[in-house]
Amino acid sequence: MNDEKIIKVENVSFAYHSHNVINNVSAHINKGEFVCIVGENGGGKSTLVKCIVGLNKNYKGNITVIGRVAYLSQLTEVQNNFPATIEEIVLSGTIANRPRSIFYNKEDKRICREALEKLALYDMRKKCFRELSGGQKQRVLIARAMCSTAKIIVLDEPTNGLDPTIAAQVYEALHTLNKENGITIVMVSHDIHRALENADRVIQITKGEIVFNDVPSKFDHRGCGK
Amino acid sequence: MIETILVILSHPFMQRAILVGSLVSISAALLGVILVLKRYAMIGDGLSHVGFGFISVALALEHFFAFGWAPLWITMPGVLVVAIILLKIKNNSKIKSDSAIALVSSSALAIGVAVTSWSTGMNLDTCNILFGSILGVTQSDLWISVISSILIGILFILYYRKLFAVTFDEDFAKASGLRARRYGDLIAILTGMIIVIGMTVMGTLLISSIIVFPALTSMRIFKSFKSVVISSGVISLVSFLIGIYLSFVHDISAGAMIVLVNLAFFIIFTIMEMILKK
Repeated sequence: MNDEKIIKVENVSFAYHSHNVINNVSAHINKGEFVCIVGENGGGKSTLVKCIVGLNKNYKGNITVIGRVAYLSQLTEVQNNFPATIEEIVLSGTIANRPRSIFYNKEDKRICREALEKLALYDMRKKCFRELSGGQKQRVLIARAMCSTAKIIVLDEPTNGLDPTIAAQVYEALHTLNKENGITIVMVSHDIHRALENADRVIQITKGEIVFNDVPSKFDHRGCGK
Repeated sequence: MIETILVILSHPFMQRAILVGSLVSISAALLGVILVLKRYAMIGDGLSHVGFGFISVALALEHFFAFGWAPLWITMPGVLVVAIILLKIKNNSKIKSDSAIALVSSSALAIGVAVTSWSTGMNLDTCNILFGSILGVTQSDLWISVISSILIGILFILYYRKLFAVTFDEDFAKASGLRARRYGDLIAILTGMIIVIGMTVMGTLLISSIIVFPALTSMRIFKSFKSVVISSGVISLVSFLIGIYLSFVHDISAGAMIVLVNLAFFIIFTIMEMILKK
């Protein structure tokens, strides 16, 4: 891992309806790191992540992101019932690579096939998204993120509502991307235990402030892993 | 049956109605897939009432000043502006979008009714606007409709990939640099256009059904986005043709008949879905 800072967050604050959700937060994420952002619900993790990927625009402070980001939000009800095949969804990840063109070309399809194979989805590529299990859906979204050739993947609670074995598969897929493809991973989670097991570094946010930002081994000693 | 069809096709007004209706049915169904998935279906319904308001004002102006303009030339820009405003409200979480649509659509309906009763009075024209009329398609309507439908078809194909991406996951599309807002505006404008050009044949009260029905029907059975889109277009066109045939033969309102055929398809597909799942 090198120390090139791929995401820099400097003194960022964000207010929603004049209520401060994030207070003067500073942190950075290095290229190739696997970082988990943990904390209680409503503590500001998702809000911070939305600022980083550019969905929340009116924040105070500075955020620098080098390279393209793929953002996986929590699944909405519309997505859970969406009539589209796995292949159609994964292929749509390539749009950002050539936004001007009208159709998918051979290169797009090759990238899509690679992603499908890597995440063991190729044989079921014609299956409908709405018929998949929660874990399969997450793998489809991760495959789509791979197709966008983004250097950073930001995920908001991808293992929410999944049973432990399936959640482990999602982590495994993310590990593969992180180690084999060198993609930086930033993941929001409220499952602190699993985050500690998997991440290179853990950032804990409570009431809009960073209260912990270090390697997982140090987190245990502080005894706040609830 | 073939003789009846030949008789139908021999009337110039029927030729116009069939041409306009077919094009509108297909383009409404294409857009419908996106509107239903994006939960924008109510916007279509609200816009049709707004269309009634504008067309009533246009007819009243015509009644008093006799400009000689086709009412659609006034209705189209008006509806498009309201379409964009309604979409902005939908994206602004501070205002409850469904209540806003209810306010806008009932106000527009009230304005339409007030203006009509003050100028020409409620007459057959009003009835035709509300419930549609195959006799109502004039030569200038024909041109507006043909051009708009073709434009919608072309834009849909050109932006197919991006419309899919934005419909499935707006946040992902935005984060990877697509201008999702722009596609939202595009969808609103196209919806406004469909509502206005479909009003003459379908009527303002029934037009939103041809946007919603084919998409919902197709989603019962089809599993890929592409097949849902194609099937919606086909179901919509077939429903229109069967509907207009039955309407001619039994002398029933065309708009109502088309909606009923669409409903029949929806029920058939729902039953098929239940059988397939077993």
